[in-house]
Amino acid sequence: MSPTMTAPAPTHALDAREAATPAPAVAGRAAPARPAIIDCDLHNEIDSLKDLYPYLSQRWRDHLDAFGVRTPNSGYYPRFMDHREDARPPSGRSSGSDVDFTRQHFLDPYNVAYAVLQPAVLANTALDLELGAALARACNDWQVAEWLDRDERLRASIMIASEDPVASAAEVRRCARDGRFVQVLFKGRLQEPMGRRKYWPIYEACAEEGLHVASHAFGAYGHPITGAGHASYYIEDHLSPAQSVQANITSLVMEGVFDRFGIKLISIENAFAWAPSLMWRLDAAWKLLKAEVPHVTRKPSEIVAGHVYITTQPIEEPPRPSDFSRLLDHFGAMADHLLMASDYPHWDSDNPDIVLPHTLPEELKTRIRYDNAAALYGF
Amino acid sequence: MSPPADALIDADVHIATPAVETLYPYLDARWVEHFSQTLDRGASQHYYPKGAPNAGPPEAGASLQRLRADVLDGTGVEAAISSCLYAVDSVHHPDVAAALAGAVNDWLTSEWLQPEPRLRGSVVVPIRIPALAVAEIDRVADRPGFVQVLIPARTEHPLGSRLFHPLWECIERRGLVAGIHFGGAPVTPPTPTGWPSYFIEVYADMAGVFATQLTSMIVEGVFDTFPKLRVAFLESGFTWLPAHLWRMDKEWKNLRRLVPWVKRPPSEYVREHVRLAIQPLDAPPGPGPLLDVVEQLGGDHMLLYASDYPHLHAADPEPALLAHLPLALQVKVRSENARGLYRL
Repeated sequence: MSPTMTAPAPTHALDAREAATPAPAVAGRAAPARPAIIDCDLHNEIDSLKDLYPYLSQRWRDHLDAFGVRTPNSGYYPRFMDHREDARPPSGRSSGSDVDFTRQHFLDPYNVAYAVLQPAVLANTALDLELGAALARACNDWQVAEWLDRDERLRASIMIASEDPVASAAEVRRCARDGRFVQVLFKGRLQEPMGRRKYWPIYEACAEEGLHVASHAFGAYGHPITGAGHASYYIEDHLSPAQSVQANITSLVMEGVFDRFGIKLISIENAFAWAPSLMWRLDAAWKLLKAEVPHVTRKPSEIVAGHVYITTQPIEEPPRPSDFSRLLDHFGAMADHLLMASDYPHWDSDNPDIVLPHTLPEELKTRIRYDNAAALYGF
Repeated sequence: MSPPADALIDADVHIATPAVETLYPYLDARWVEHFSQTLDRGASQHYYPKGAPNAGPPEAGASLQRLRADVLDGTGVEAAISSCLYAVDSVHHPDVAAALAGAVNDWLTSEWLQPEPRLRGSVVVPIRIPALAVAEIDRVADRPGFVQVLIPARTEHPLGSRLFHPLWECIERRGLVAGIHFGGAPVTPPTPTGWPSYFIEVYADMAGVFATQLTSMIVEGVFDTFPKLRVAFLESGFTWLPAHLWRMDKEWKNLRRLVPWVKRPPSEYVREHVRLAIQPLDAPPGPGPLLDVVEQLGGDHMLLYASDYPHLHAADPEPALLAHLPLALQVKVRSENARGLYRL
């Protein structure tokens, strides 16, 4: 059950939506106590690669100075902002790169009981796989020293160079010795769909170490961001992770990965209204075409319901509140797999105060804010 | 006079792809020589593996006699919108692709559409070079019988791209429907995360391809630029659509200043310009959630009855969907929506 700790009102507006929507506090009256939350998507950013230099050998520091991190050139979608302006720390470092400010601006005021960190470092798309492995290792050491050791509420995702699964599996086993690492981080767009055998050494390590697998939106490994070529605009880049994660879940199901390794997948920043129709479609496809995948011996929807968890951000906003309730009806038991996530400090982050529709029963809100993640991660 | 309540229009019926020899009477001598003296056998790819359990029997749709028996006479449809899923988009050579598309269209005209007025046709186009596709549409659009241009769901570039705006201009000018159909054989992978191992994944992932094509067409301003354009999504499924509409509307609220020519919420363009065939149903267990989805589509005008003959699907739409709809909506789905879309 969730603890009943309370927290003071935040000192900064959380985002533009809060600025437009008056905070629950009314002049002359204390803000209502905030319920404790588990935030399953909090970003710990680097201000620059130099942040990782203390954790890299001279060989790689020299390499980065000369060549940087070369990645598949997937192009750029111009946009207007990356991070929330209010999340910029007074130190002048980039948003999300200062643990003290993250604590003061977000963890304390929003009564975050636990937050799972998602680092943003290019380790997983470095074309030089040896560099990718070095960056992943440095990133994880940096996470321990500068985040996990600095706030006991923090847990972390293991950075890997996913396109080198053997090195990744070794890094998973190295990090697993520290129980504050709770999952392994994949980006949403990989060189191959997530279920392909290439990645199995990583899942084997996760299964042995009792770690979950997270698939965070975005990334790029050179393929177009849609199944029909390169899109033009950032709005498409921002929308298409919902399709990418469905392809990855489909792959994990149809390759038999979930039943073989027993791992759990946490879908992060891909929204979630797509899940019921995906499960219906997978069942229909399997009914017709299971001869192609005889190793899939039960209904895909059962496999998904047993192994897939989904974070709430960006929250779904159907036009009528009743549609949100019907969506959760369509989730059925999968509603216990929905996990609160803020995506702090990115521009599109969700405000925990107002993100869940007020029409939801309080008991269901508590499960999404806290209980579901506590059960998944054993917090 | 209003049509009978049991009138039926089938929006998605398939004519089997012909062997290249079948097309010889419709090919220039140059191309007959090419196909008879080289290894080229025409489009070698198929959007369905030929023997897949859902592909249907090989002889289905392979002759007009068989199609009449199975569909036109068999189900008593007053009209069937047909397409021949000839994968010209799998051919790199642009002249071969254009020659094959032209031959298929002439073959469809002579051997299917002219002898059988209940059958309506879809123009096959060499989509990879939009200028060639436009030329082919202009060549055959005046022939009676063609009501639609067949566009594969998977393309090398998203369909909203400005590369394709001449194609949309042509389809709108000719008063045809853009029938975007399951499949496609471009050089790019069918997911944003690479090539999946199995056909069952391509099949399931196609819903995501349709979703991104819809996004592309809206944010690139296709419906603002070509306001009379009519689009049919064929073999796309539709249960994924309400969730995608919510997400597109949310994204538009947040990011519309990046695409300022998009003047309205995306869902409004979809409800005005796009219709969807009912197969595959991708039906949840029990009718309740499916009826929720039908209601969330946002209008009685959105769905088109379709058998997708000869392809097999998991659910029979009669007991799974149609039997649960109010009579007035049944009539719309069975015939009226297609009659309006295809101007029948």
